[in-house]
Amino acid sequence: MIRHLLTADGLDGETVNTVLDTADTLKRTLLGREVRKLPTLRGRTVITMFYENSTRTRVSFEVAGKWMSADVINVSASGSSTGKGESLRDTALTLSAAGADCVILRHGASGAPHRLAEWLDHTGTKVVNAGDGTHEHPTQALLDAATLRERLGELAGRRIGIVGDLLHSRVARSNVHLLRTLGAEVVLIAPPTLVPEGVESWGATVTHELDPQLPGLDAVMGLRVQAERMNGGFFPTAREYSIGYGLSAARTAKLPEHAVVLHPGPMLRGMEIAPQVADSPRAAVEQQVRNGVHVRMAVLYHLLAGEESTA
Amino acid sequence: MASRQSADAAVPAGERELLSAGDVARTVARMAHQIIEKTALDSGAEHVVLLGVPTRGVPLAHRIAERIATFSGVTVPSGALDITLYRDDLRQQPNRPLEPSSVPAEGVDDALVVLVDDVLFSGRTVRSALDALRDQGRPRAVQLAVLVDRGHRELPIRADYVGKNVPTARSEDVAVRLTEVDEADAVLLRRPDTSSSQHTGDHSSSAATDPAESAGGNQ
Repeated sequence: MIRHLLTADGLDGETVNTVLDTADTLKRTLLGREVRKLPTLRGRTVITMFYENSTRTRVSFEVAGKWMSADVINVSASGSSTGKGESLRDTALTLSAAGADCVILRHGASGAPHRLAEWLDHTGTKVVNAGDGTHEHPTQALLDAATLRERLGELAGRRIGIVGDLLHSRVARSNVHLLRTLGAEVVLIAPPTLVPEGVESWGATVTHELDPQLPGLDAVMGLRVQAERMNGGFFPTAREYSIGYGLSAARTAKLPEHAVVLHPGPMLRGMEIAPQVADSPRAAVEQQVRNGVHVRMAVLYHLLAGEESTA
Repeated sequence: MASRQSADAAVPAGERELLSAGDVARTVARMAHQIIEKTALDSGAEHVVLLGVPTRGVPLAHRIAERIATFSGVTVPSGALDITLYRDDLRQQPNRPLEPSSVPAEGVDDALVVLVDDVLFSGRTVRSALDALRDQGRPRAVQLAVLVDRGHRELPIRADYVGKNVPTARSEDVAVRLTEVDEADAVLLRRPDTSSSQHTGDHSSSAATDPAESAGGNQ
């Protein structure tokens, strides 16, 4: 099993399926229970370090840890010693020394969790990437895969479209790797200005036209347009983007009957996704959030429950 | 499965058969009769639920339920209760896969729950099962049925229904084989020199091979 969860790239199919199966079992274990609390990670300390804003990811990790009885402590960049000029490395070593068994990091710099894992390697503290810059967001890809598996069954041979701001999206990159590992085919759809360099190496089809793809997709995932990372004009107006790439009711009507609409959130309603689509039964947005908790429980279980590896 | 040689032979060297396939069937039948009698099942006063502890407790629970239905005409719901998430030795062993739990839809509230496992050894599995059960609801009472009680309890736990009491050495290994999981029904006693230590019938402790100073309590 893995020591840290840093990327979806490089996770083998067996590991992915083990995590997804564990998440599924945990979900069914807790279903309909009055007391949603398992003693599994009692005495383990999980610290979330969020250097970027987040609602669902942070809450999801915190709930996941607490439902398994871990002690979860949240540290944010504002309000911590980072504001006094402490480096990421020193902050991490401090948290590890204070007793963290696992550090969950969200950071604006791509690769930050990787560095953290190197710095903490001698301490035994595990690192989970909760989103780093425009690089990866592996637990998001896992929860998307869990949701798609629930809706569609096996993902091998399925065709999944990912549409929107690919350039700034860590969700897209993680999803491409993970979905391909599970045998699905991925189509990336974005305006030319929002396609990242080197995308050819991802192993997915890239196109700029959404409409012709719709009838052949088993699922379509809308990405958030990341205005906070955009320092130039990537498209003329939000309205024009919406006309070309927004998931409107008219568009989703062209999808096959069984096709699922996903969005990692936060959604910009009316622009990336029409409200009536976001609230329709084919949208799985809330299911994604629910699965996020179980997937993160599964990740924490696999990283923290077993015996201490001496490797 | 990992027997060194002659894996197909009926009883390899270093193993002794405690119960044959026929004995297993008779023992299960007797346990079913005892449950009917002790819970006064025919009177209908008690809502009885059988919950097996994975792996082999589950088919055992189903078999006992089937026998009870045959003997008494009363249908007793049976299910599975996975205890992995409640174990007190998680940190002493590599990660374990979770088994699905399937508690009958009626739930366990106010029921007489009979936990079913293959081997009763240290009692730690049963302790974990009691914790897991507490999170499922509030049974009126909980009883324990085991196919083999091999002694060496580490906790104040005893079984209400015992298929066979077997005095064993700690270093020995009791292996229950059921066709739902294995190739045949049997209960085998293995000597340490030939047995592979992995196959302890009991879930709670591989202390069978090494009474490691493990876990006086939790952690």
